[in-house]
Amino acid sequence: MSMKLYSSLTKKYIMSLAGLFLLMFLLVHLTINLLLLFDDSGGLFNVAAHFMGTNPIIQAFQWVLFGGFAIHMLIGVILQIQNWMARPKRYNKRAISEESYFSKFMIHTGIIIFIFLVIHLTDFFVKKIGGVVPEITGGELAGMENMGILVVEKFKNGGYVLFYVTVFLILGFHLDHAFQSAFQSLGLNNNKYTPFIKWLSHFIAIVISIGFITIPVCIYFFK
Amino acid sequence: MKVKLKIWRQENAKAKGSFQTYNFDEVSPEMSFLEMLDAFNTKLITEGKEPVAFDHDCREGICGSCAMYINGHPHGPVSGITTCHLSMRMFKDGETITVEPWRAKAFPVIKDLIIDRTAFDKIQLAGGFISSNVGSAPEAHSMPVIKKNADDAFDAAICIGCGACVAACKNASAMLFVSAKVSQFALLPQGKVEAKERVQKMVAKMDDLGFGNCTNTYACEAECPKEISVTNIARMNREFLCAKVS
Ligand code: HEM
Ligand code: FES
Repeated sequence: MSMKLYSSLTKKYIMSLAGLFLLMFLLVHLTINLLLLFDDSGGLFNVAAHFMGTNPIIQAFQWVLFGGFAIHMLIGVILQIQNWMARPKRYNKRAISEESYFSKFMIHTGIIIFIFLVIHLTDFFVKKIGGVVPEITGGELAGMENMGILVVEKFKNGGYVLFYVTVFLILGFHLDHAFQSAFQSLGLNNNKYTPFIKWLSHFIAIVISIGFITIPVCIYFFK
Repeated sequence: MKVKLKIWRQENAKAKGSFQTYNFDEVSPEMSFLEMLDAFNTKLITEGKEPVAFDHDCREGICGSCAMYINGHPHGPVSGITTCHLSMRMFKDGETITVEPWRAKAFPVIKDLIIDRTAFDKIQLAGGFISSNVGSAPEAHSMPVIKKNADDAFDAAICIGCGACVAACKNASAMLFVSAKVSQFALLPQGKVEAKERVQKMVAKMDDLGFGNCTNTYACEAECPKEISVTNIARMNREFLCAKVS
């Protein structure tokens, strides 16, 4: 994707659509993760993980998801580099004006999410593909990979829990600006609905961030 | 009152430039910021020194030439005004006032605080006009315009092209300016005819000139002396998308 091939606005349209798509994915992922909390045996989670890991439609969709991440990140980085280049000499004294605060750190929060993603994928996805996940013994689910055990083991490690919590707070910061920003980028701004969308942006960021955070915290302290 | 002025001094476009700090004691709180600079320049001249070059014209907030970045804000710390409307009353006795030119690749410094805003003219020339000769004002009933559209078009048209949006934006993006110019036409019947072409040409020119991209940070709206709204940016995003897909 050359810098000049698409206009600045087209890049933002693609970026915002990819971002909204990633948000859908996060909500699905969160729902599945929460199964770990609501079902002590871990059975529900394992069934869901198994379904996500074997269903052909989901498997095909997985590549759309990787594509979504790749496009979002690629354009994000290109836009950011252009933005840095647009002001070669910085100000000596810079005050803060009224602005969307987290918009200033999208590239930083984004890169942290990316680093987490790499670690996360090596922890779970690669292990699963590599077939080193313990199998469930006995019961109806015998023979299925026991992803639940893997997760619970991880979250018994305090350092890992702390890392996970930090990353999801940072994801929350990314989303806090991101959701409402995507609407503005797509030209969907309106006196009647924009205040609601801004509120919803904070709400979604909090729900996703806190949602993901409760899981390791509960496992660490209560399981 | 007394102030300490920390001003960016740059001989010419090629020179490196640096900050110089001066003590200036003959300031009265009734002075406007530009009057204070005038008085300061008179002092420099009597001392045989080079006065500070800065742009100004109307001194009543409509020409948009008094571009300077004062204490971290375009046009100084008071919102909704230009530098020529800024009063020395707003500063404390003994305060250090940092004065810098706009910083953007597309707005190179010519001398001291004066920057070259030709980039904005180029964007206007790319499409910020209507090509038909509309003659004098028509009979009002011959071309009805919805009141809200007329108001919104007016609110966009009051943009004075000062460049504070670019100066304030962390990405030196010109989206607020360009979107105001796109909106003022897009909302009115005379401008609708060429709307699709206009938005595409103006955006292409804006990208070409090396302005940054919009991250919806909205510092532009907060710092705009004419308080132009970022809803214009959304309108331009909408106009451009529709122009591309239709
Ligand atoms: C699940 C993860 C993610 C979600 C749900 C997400 C969502 C979003 C959304 C909706 C936007 C707003 C787009 C707009 O302003 O129109 C955005 C902006 C951005 N994202 Fe992400 N994102 C994610 C991960 C990442 C990653 C891994 C990066 C790494 C580079 C990243 C970098 C950025 C940047 C730099 C922006 C600002 C773009 C701009 O305004 O110019 N994001 N994100
Ligand atoms: S001098 Fe004209 S706007 Fe300030």
